[in-house]
Formats: sequence, C-alpha cells, structure tokens
Amino acid sequence: MTATVAPVRGSGAAASGPRRLGRSSRWIALLVLVVLTLAACLASIAIGTRAIGLGEVWQVLFDSGLSSEEAVIVRQLRVPRTVLGLMVGIALGVAGALMQGHTRNPLGDPGLLGVTAGASLAVVLSIVLLGIGTPSGYVWFAFLGALVGTVLVYAIGSAGRGGATPVTLALAGAALSALMYGLVRAVLVSDQQTLDSFRFWVVGALAGRDADVAWQVAPFIALGLLLALANAPALNLLGLGEDVARGLGQRIWLARTVGLASITLLAGAATAACGPIAFVGLVVPHAVRAVTGPDHRWLVPGSALAGAVLLLTADVVGRIVARPGELQVGIVLALIGAPFFIALVRRRKTAGL
Amino acid sequence: MSAPAIDPPATTARTGTVVRIGRVSGIVRWRQLVVPLTAVVVLVLLSAVSLGRGDFPIGVPDVLRTLAGLGDGTQDFIILELRAPRVVVGLLVGLALGVAGALFQTFARNPLASPDTLGITMGASVGAVAAIVLSSGGAFGGALATLGIPLAALLGALLVGVLLFGLTWRAGIDGYRLVLIGIALWSVSTALVDWLLTHAEIYDAAAAYVWITGSLNARTWDDAAPLAVALVVLLPLALGASRALGVLQFGDDTARGLGVRLQTAQAAVVLIAIGCVAFAVSAAGPITFVALVVPQIALRLTGGSRPPLLASGLLGAVLVVGADLVTRTVLPQALPVGILTAVLGAPYLLWLLVRGRRQFT
Repeated sequence: MTATVAPVRGSGAAASGPRRLGRSSRWIALLVLVVLTLAACLASIAIGTRAIGLGEVWQVLFDSGLSSEEAVIVRQLRVPRTVLGLMVGIALGVAGALMQGHTRNPLGDPGLLGVTAGASLAVVLSIVLLGIGTPSGYVWFAFLGALVGTVLVYAIGSAGRGGATPVTLALAGAALSALMYGLVRAVLVSDQQTLDSFRFWVVGALAGRDADVAWQVAPFIALGLLLALANAPALNLLGLGEDVARGLGQRIWLARTVGLASITLLAGAATAACGPIAFVGLVVPHAVRAVTGPDHRWLVPGSALAGAVLLLTADVVGRIVARPGELQVGIVLALIGAPFFIALVRRRKTAGL
Repeated sequence: MSAPAIDPPATTARTGTVVRIGRVSGIVRWRQLVVPLTAVVVLVLLSAVSLGRGDFPIGVPDVLRTLAGLGDGTQDFIILELRAPRVVVGLLVGLALGVAGALFQTFARNPLASPDTLGITMGASVGAVAAIVLSSGGAFGGALATLGIPLAALLGALLVGVLLFGLTWRAGIDGYRLVLIGIALWSVSTALVDWLLTHAEIYDAAAAYVWITGSLNARTWDDAAPLAVALVVLLPLALGASRALGVLQFGDDTARGLGVRLQTAQAAVVLIAIGCVAFAVSAAGPITFVALVVPQIALRLTGGSRPPLLASGLLGAVLVVGADLVTRTVLPQALPVGILTAVLGAPYLLWLLVRGRRQFT
C-alpha cells in the first residue's frame, strides 16, 4: 500500500495552489477539528429552548441515576439529536469529499449521484401511495430510493464505451436526477396534500426525528466510513488520471465501486435521517482542501470532522435565532455557511481537485 | 484550474470535408451545419402543430395561412392572440436558456455549470416565490406584490447574477472561482426558497411550486416582449463572443497571446449569459434542466469540441416547444412545461451517454 501511495505524496506537494501545510501542522489541524467537534457536541446538548448548564450536562451524562427534568431532556431529546447531527455531518462531509474526487468536479455534491433525487422520489411516493407523513416514517423509503438512484446512475454512467469516467458519471447523475425530480414535481404540482408534507421534509432538519433514527442509520454510516477510508489512497491515484492509475497497478473499477458504494451508504443514510442537506457535502470539502491540499487521506478525515462541526453549530444557531421556535438546520447552514465560504474562495486560491 | 478530465473533449475524431473554391479553402463540418438546420425545420413544424392544437383544432395549412396574414377573424384571434404568445415565449425561453447554458459550460469548462447550478434561476425563484408568498402581508410584501411576479423574478435573477459576477471578479474571472461562488449563491437561494415555502399557506406554496417548475400557461405578448427585446440585443453579442470563447478554452495565457482582450471577453461572456437567463426566467419561470441538458445534447450531436451556441439555443427551443405541445395534447392533465422538459430531455441525454459514439472525456 505504501508503495502505491508514495508518488502521490510527491505530486501532491508539488501541486500549485495555496500554501501547503507540513505533516505535523496537518495533524494539528485535525486535532483542532476534534476539539471543535467536542465543543460543538457539548453546545448542542446544553443549548436549547431550555438552557442547561455545562456542569449539569456533565452530571447527567455520567450519572445514570439522575431523573430530574433536565436529565430527561438531555437523555431523551438532546443526546439523540446531537448524535444524529454528529453522524450526519460526518457522513455528508466524507461523501462530498469522495464525490468531488470521483467526478473530479467541484460541483459534485453527493446528491449528484442520484441520492437526493432518488430519496425525494421515494418519499413522495411513500406519501402518495402509503399515506406516510412523519420524518421517521420516511427513513427506509428514502434510503431505498437513494440506493436505487445511485445504482441506476452508476449503471448508466458506466454503460458507455469508456466505462465510468468522471464526465459520464456526472452527466448520468445530472440527467437521471433531472428525470426523477421531474416525476417528483409532476406529483407535487398536482397534489397539494403531498406538497404540504414534502415541503417540510425537503428543507432538511434534525428536529422531530425519533431517538431510534440515529441508531437505525448508524451501521450504514459506519460501513460507509470504513469504505471511504479504504478508498482514499486509491482516489489519490485516480486523481492522476485513469491511465496513470492503471499503470501504477490500481484496479479502476474496484476503486470506483468501493467509492460509490461508500458515497451511497453515507449520503443515503444521511438523507434518509435528515432530508436533503446539500450544503455540507458541497462546500465542506472545498474549505478543508484549502487547508489540507488534495490528498484524500487527509481530506476525508478532515471533511468528516469539519462537516460535523458545521452541522452541529448550524443546528445550535437554528435553535437560538428563532426562539421559541427553530430554524431548520438546512436553512441555517446555507445562510451562515455561504458568506463564510465566499470569503474563503475570494481570499485565497482554493486548491484544485 | 479545472482537472484535465473535465476539459473539453478531444477534437481528434472530427468529421469534415475540405472545400476549395479557387484560392479559398476551408473545412466544412457537415454535422455542425445539419444539426442547426434540422432543428430549425423541426422547430417550425412543432410550432405550426402547436398553434393548431387545442380546444378548437386548426389544421397546419390554415395556421400557415393565418401567419401569412390571410386567415379569417376567428382563426386570427385564436392563433395570434391566444396561442402564439405561448409558443413564442416557449421558443424564446428555450433559445435563451440553451445559449446561456452553452456559454456557462464552455466558460467554466464544466459540463455541470449552468444557470441552475450557479444559482441564477434560484435567485429568480426567490424573487417570484417571495412575491407570491409575502404578497398578503407587510410593507415589503405589498411592494413585492405591486412589482408583479415577472419583475420580482427578473430582479432576483439579476441580483444573484450581479453578486455572482461581482464576487467572482478579481482582475478577471476564473472559471473555477465562478463555479465555487455559484454553488454558495445557489445554496443561499435554495435555502430562502425552502424557508419561504415552509412558511407559506399551502395554496400559496402550491402556486409558488408551479412557478418554480416553469410554466407557459396563460402567457401573453406582454410576457414575450421584454424577452424578445433582450434576445435581439444579447444573441448577436453571444454569437460575436463565440470566437473569443473558443480561444479562452486554451487558457488565459494562450488567449492573451492570441490577441483576445481577456478581461473584456470574460466579462462579456458571463454578463451575456446572465442577461439571457434573467429575462428567460422572468418570462416563464426556471424551466428546469434546459440549460443544463441541452448544450450537452447539442455537443454530442454536432461532435465539436465544445457546446455549440446556436445549435444549443435552437435545440433548447425545440425541447421547450415540443414539451409544451406534449403537455397540452398527449397528457390527460396539463402539467407545467418544466416537468416535461426534464422527463423528455433527460432520457435522451442518457441514451446518448450509453450509446457513447465517442468518448467525451
């Protein structure tokens, strides 16, 4: 493994772009992200309609005997929600990094592979045909839809003579998503009741999910993360071009399949749990790449942590700004995240893919 | 800069015939002539059929006679006042979106770059949805309501367009930076639209959703006129910028070396594209996926090295007019045209991808 990775390290360091961090500073950057993630988790547990002091949070977390009102809120509402936000943030950040690597396109968000469109179509059908109307009820339909969507995109994207190239994958994803969204819209335009349920799902939110949802999607996200970490070195090779990668002994179809399976699991599970949240997968990898450079062995873990920090922070902010109500996390993310991202893009040269 | 894999397709496998007349010679690429010409013929036929179909069917010869100014009063009224505006708006919108998509995709060297993904059509949606949803309350809502939906959409699109241009501009426009900032603007606009939809009364939300999908229902000459004027100005400019656009593909340094005024050319291309989109979206809503899908179809049909401008525009018009005809005649229930453009256009692109006559990598 190390032998195949060596040339990448050289080329990564030589690539043009922003200042490169040395190995030790990249470790420090990761460490900072870990600390930020922990801080975001604590904030997410402590802050809400009813503020709970950090000391109290600590007590409740480590003393299972407590049964005060605060303890109930923390255990049954805040902790499941925080765990869900943590997992979804990690999943979306990683899926975005992989997707941009595989399509070699800065516009490659995980939804591009048909995940979001497939999930949306499945959710709409579950509302229309089965009369399901709660976020927890959509989970498995959305996941199934995401799986079917990606499999179709991959099948069509790799059916052409050249196999699954970045361009055919991206275009197959865009075209198939267009088709599926067309069907979604056909239903929504003619059925007002379905639109009434769907418009709340499509925003993307952590609120209103059962505590079980986090545990239902956890195994898929865990498997997806393992595949993603395994895929990172191969993705570096693919970045050199398919011919070079093949020459260096990489099995292209294997790398693509593992990567796309990982994206499907991660983005599918995240979308199933929270609805479509495009921003994290789209923007986090760009921001992280500006620090780590294009090496996916750093980019993947970095995007995971940064995704979690961003999602949890946005969720907490959404609870604060619209008290006593809440602003959905998908909306807060874009409204706070986008100006920050634009400033980043303008201030320094972002690293190319 | 963009990765090699998303650069324009290799140009090796072009078909062309060398034509020599006296001392002048040049390569005629037949497919680049045949495709636009066929598109024009199909467009005329589709329009004629479309003008004739409806609750009061009129045959194609009668339609042509009316267009030539020889029809009787009833047919004149039905065709020229009721049906023609709809067909003309569809045609112009398809034209504008196709050209704008080709401009963006070529400029950013990215097949996914389009006014849809860069947030411009979403900006229009913010304007229009706000005008629909907020019209009932508040001073701001009242102001929006008096503005009217088309104007609100135009302003929304232009606002995002100006932001896109202004934020991307740093002594020139880099295609990669354009895409990244476009993503951010798209995210914000989408979030605003979603937020407005969740806070709307359900009947307002339903009306807004139809608008977001893109519809040609009940269009009048008033909708067609601003778009027509805009295109009369913008289309020649776009075709004029075509050569510079081709040279820009070789990279900034080469383009400068070949005598292109880099900043002027970049600004022109992006501003023309934004203008086309803004007026098109204001007239018919963001008819989805035309700008994304059609240039790629045109590219694969003509076999050039980049999406051809004119062919993209004409095929866009064919798609929109054809989709509108299908919604009005074949389907049991009239759906907004934006659904059909996706459902008809996407499978065609997929088929072209699977068939893969050439490797576009």
